[in-house]
Amino acid sequence: MKFIGYRRSGGTVGIRNHVIIIPSVVCANRVARGISQLVTGTTWVEHQHGCTQLGADAALTRRVLVAHGTHPNVYGVVVVGLGCETLRAQDIAEEIKETCQDKPVKLVIIQDEGGSLKAIAAGASAAREMVGGASSMERTPCDVAELILGTECGGSDACSGISANPALGVACDLLIDTGGSVILAETTELIGAEHLIAARAVSEQVAARCYEVIRKCEDSAKAMGVDMRGGQPTPGNIEGGLSSIEEKSLGCIYKAGTKPLQDVIDYAMPVTKKGLVWMDTPGQDIEQLTGMVAGGCHIVVFTTGRGTCCGSPIAPAIKVATNTAIFEKMKDNMDMNAGTIITGHESIAQVGKRIFAEVVQVASGKLVKAETLGFNDFAIKRIGPSM
Amino acid sequence: MTTRKAIVMEGIDNVATVVEPVDALGEIVVEAAGGKIVVHICDNIPFGHKFAIRDIPGGSLIIKYGEPIGVARIDIKAGEHVHVHNLESKRGRGDQ
Repeated sequence: MKFIGYRRSGGTVGIRNHVIIIPSVVCANRVARGISQLVTGTTWVEHQHGCTQLGADAALTRRVLVAHGTHPNVYGVVVVGLGCETLRAQDIAEEIKETCQDKPVKLVIIQDEGGSLKAIAAGASAAREMVGGASSMERTPCDVAELILGTECGGSDACSGISANPALGVACDLLIDTGGSVILAETTELIGAEHLIAARAVSEQVAARCYEVIRKCEDSAKAMGVDMRGGQPTPGNIEGGLSSIEEKSLGCIYKAGTKPLQDVIDYAMPVTKKGLVWMDTPGQDIEQLTGMVAGGCHIVVFTTGRGTCCGSPIAPAIKVATNTAIFEKMKDNMDMNAGTIITGHESIAQVGKRIFAEVVQVASGKLVKAETLGFNDFAIKRIGPSM
Repeated sequence: MTTRKAIVMEGIDNVATVVEPVDALGEIVVEAAGGKIVVHICDNIPFGHKFAIRDIPGGSLIIKYGEPIGVARIDIKAGEHVHVHNLESKRGRGDQ
């Protein structure tokens, strides 16, 4: 089965052809935004990191920023630094160039350029040239088996586990049957369902990893000395009828379909296996989204019962409403409705097939609502304090 | 097309999820384990919330999707709203 995408020189395929402006440090956010605002056809990210971080925490920020530059959905990158930060923009630009030798990469250092206005001008000039190049590239037929689909549920309600998540599970199974990859994530929201996914692991080692990441996640919640229900499920989840993390998790796991679990990987690490892979991410939607995209995910299917609008700057996120009321109420943000399962108008299998067809269409260029509305949400998980 | 008001996910579940708001003092027929159970509803149940489909003694497991989602904090009668006020989560409890 084919979709039309952008073939990259490294052998990967992209479903978008973005020019992205990436600040290496929080101090360069304004300049990155300024560059993007001047040049139609670009996107940008902002974040709070890049300075006074140490060890694994610093390495994680670097990995996520570099991965957004090397991502196959990205045609070209402008990396912006202040000049005195811990996470040097030079190193990020260099690593992107080393990984993707044909990708246009421009480095802008604010202190070297002589201030923010000159840095914005230098970045905008390079970005304009990249957008010209990107726009002349044509899509070509690519195999659906090359797609990596990220799954996410946020703003869950009691319908999530009855309608949208089981339907997404059907779509995931269909993608895996064609040879593609699927990411299951949000470890917090698998507490209480870990035995179900571990039973599907391809080896004892992978099964042991399932229990290990859950134990670490639960231990870190317990270390706060409170009932997890102060933050998980969220107040909105509880209002929507979810009474415990176990109930939320058992509804959440349906979106992973029924195929064997091939691997459990760390946050923002590249997905290298075909089939179903669990990425150990927090349950916070944007940190999860950012981690999956950094892992190479091309496209996300995001189920929601309470309603959410978010989107990655470089990977489309298809929003699937779990109930018809929220689909109607937040129509500007919802791409699909799985509430038809609740009302009995459609079966889980029918909606699953619709989701899979939508994934292929969006991969071929159809814009999702989060893209047309300009969402560029981005948040990197922290594992250490700022110094 | 069905007109069900509440869904029981698995045969061993002791709660049902309502797919439309249900008023107290009504009667609901739910399908569970191939049979039908008539439940007299004691509380108003908001959309997406749960009620017990049989009596659940305090301290025993509350089952949905065929799996435990918590423990009954007190005795819960069939037809009562089951939520954070009478369901105790067993996971991520740093307060215990």
